[in-house]
Amino acid sequence: MISVFILFLKIFAGMPLLALVVLLALLFEGADRIVNAKMQRRYGPPLLQPVYDILKLMGKENIVPRRASRFFFMTAPWLTLVTTLMIFLYIPTGSFPPVLGTEGDMVLIVYLLAMSGLLMAVGGFASGNPLASIGAGREITLMMSYEFPLAIVVCTMAWVAHRLGLPGEPFSLEPFAAVSVWKAVGKTGVMGLICLFLSLVLVVPGELGKGPMDIPEAKTEILDGLIIEYSGVNLALFKLTFALRSFAMATFMTALFVPVSLGSLLGVSGFIVAIFDFIFFWAKVLVVQMIFVTLMRTMFGRLKIWQASQFYIMKVAGLSIAGMILLSIDVIAR
Amino acid sequence: MSTTYTIPVGPVHVGLKEPITAWLELEGERIVNARVRPGAIHRGIEFMARERNPIQVIYLSERICGICSFSHVICFIRAVEDLAQMNVPVRGQYIRSLVLELERVHSHLLWSGVACYTIGFDSAFHLGMQMRERVMDVLELLSGNRVNYGVATFGGVRWDVTPELEKALRGMVRYYRQEFTPFREIVMEDPVAQARMRNVGVLTRDEAVRYSAVGPTARASGLRIDLRKSSPYEAYADFDVEPVVPQDYFGEAHGDVLDRFAVRVLEVYQSLDIIEKILDGLPEGPFVEEANLNKVMASLKKADGTGWGIIEAPRGDDTHIVSLKGGVDNVLWWKVRAPTYANAVSWPIMFRGNELADAPLIINSIDPCISCMERMLVTDEREYRSEVVTRSELVKRSRQKTFELGSLKSKYVPGGGAEQ
Repeated sequence: MISVFILFLKIFAGMPLLALVVLLALLFEGADRIVNAKMQRRYGPPLLQPVYDILKLMGKENIVPRRASRFFFMTAPWLTLVTTLMIFLYIPTGSFPPVLGTEGDMVLIVYLLAMSGLLMAVGGFASGNPLASIGAGREITLMMSYEFPLAIVVCTMAWVAHRLGLPGEPFSLEPFAAVSVWKAVGKTGVMGLICLFLSLVLVVPGELGKGPMDIPEAKTEILDGLIIEYSGVNLALFKLTFALRSFAMATFMTALFVPVSLGSLLGVSGFIVAIFDFIFFWAKVLVVQMIFVTLMRTMFGRLKIWQASQFYIMKVAGLSIAGMILLSIDVIAR
Repeated sequence: MSTTYTIPVGPVHVGLKEPITAWLELEGERIVNARVRPGAIHRGIEFMARERNPIQVIYLSERICGICSFSHVICFIRAVEDLAQMNVPVRGQYIRSLVLELERVHSHLLWSGVACYTIGFDSAFHLGMQMRERVMDVLELLSGNRVNYGVATFGGVRWDVTPELEKALRGMVRYYRQEFTPFREIVMEDPVAQARMRNVGVLTRDEAVRYSAVGPTARASGLRIDLRKSSPYEAYADFDVEPVVPQDYFGEAHGDVLDRFAVRVLEVYQSLDIIEKILDGLPEGPFVEEANLNKVMASLKKADGTGWGIIEAPRGDDTHIVSLKGGVDNVLWWKVRAPTYANAVSWPIMFRGNELADAPLIINSIDPCISCMERMLVTDEREYRSEVVTRSELVKRSRQKTFELGSLKSKYVPGGGAEQ
């Protein structure tokens, strides 16, 4: 009974965090669009444009195609949004531990990311449009390709944290926030970490359907694919989910690989520092998102699905396995 | 798995500039069969010409296409000049060649931008569009217009090259020599762009011959054809234009989309060279034979017969055939055969064995100008039949359609009546 009460308390505490996360995700999306535009020598939209878009779509009618499977078509956007939002309850922000830190770990985060992608595909399949079906099929193919390197990255990191005796639960993200994993390993380990980091960087566009991997939503090929039949509130939810997924991946990467905090930099601690760390954390997320999401998507064109799949299964998986071996050697040899 | 499903690309599609439909039979992502269905943007321009005199038709012919507008004008004018035995001063010929080359630069820049957009390479697309502004500024300086220049007239041109324009042109050539190379390198050496364009939409040399490909599409397949060399018109005989073929630059011609990209990009450099040669050798003298349009009209009214005009437009061979009747003001008949008409035949061959993801790129790769191509075409897709309709029948049907639209309006109920 008491544990249930605590859970409710935690969820209550998570509410402001989720509200903040939604706002920040939209603002970062706006920043992403501005930076993208500047790199293409355009003016770009105002910072709040994604917010306006969502607000506008919220006031519009939902249109369900006649051929759609109504139930899945209508529930998929809600479920995918909820799943994506849940990710933020398991990621430590600055010096604050994750809200549901004891109820889930990194595996759950990976699972939730996959789940929200899968639910988007379900929505695409349910819309009964052949183009959406192609988009959904591409999403699944892409997912099957990038999940393997992603799983290797996550498992290796968790194992390393466990073997090095970093404080906190194994497989939780907390140890990485407390102790810099870059300092905890030797030279071989750093090389391994770089490999894993690069693998994660390369997985990010696939996970988000952006940059060279915007294949499921390819605008000039299958007309936004998955979301072609969505409109009104449902589309707003999907747009929000896309923004949140970019944000979640940036947050995940930051928590895992960019553990720099103001407190540890200055060697102080306390509640005020924790507040500043909290702000500093989101600043880090912004930088990570700008570099690894915005820059990537500006720099490259779109690959074809088999090229992307081959890229993940052969090259990125190879890179992550190399990272795993290097890290293992470093950890076992010490 | 052998089930196929059919997906339309078009008629309105983000990746396409103009309405055309490609019905793709897909097996997974692979294209098994493709049927291309034009017919969405036929405007009856040739019919409209029959109610206008040749001088009015000059400005009508500009409206055939927004990008190769000047090519159509020159082609039409050359056809009329051919039948009326008109003379063009050398300076007029030079200025015509100049604008034709400017248009080629403009068209190829636009195309290379759009090709990048089709493969999702938006940054290169915006770069291309930005570079295109410069040539459009120059054209505006020359004629006051950005798209339909209104430069040519019978027996010469309407606007002269002033020292101010010459300065702007030389500045433009310098700008492109400097700025275009980075763009070319960004796209052609980008691994993603190469992965998307190499060995996609292949048209072999033999197929290009068999299906009468023209222009850059044929040259990318390794055919050394260019009307500017084989049958020089206007001032081109003075410049010795060599056809740009990929085997001269890269060793072999693949005939794929990357080769078509390369040919167009290299032709921009060629056009810049030609523009410089034109500026260096621009002869003095009048730029129009007879500026008084009434006199021109009077001489055209006497003309009787059929004339041909054929030039190398940015997309390939553009042919106009015009017939005038002595004593009649209006054009008797006029036939436009735009390059896309020849190149479109190759589409189903290019689609073979490619993927859905390549389809818009392949359609765009011949630089299609659908509104140029669609001259006279009647098809009924629902019943898979096609027929030739006489003029009076077409007018009758059009009026009936308009009438039905008017009566439909009152019957239209929002949210319902979508049944076919």
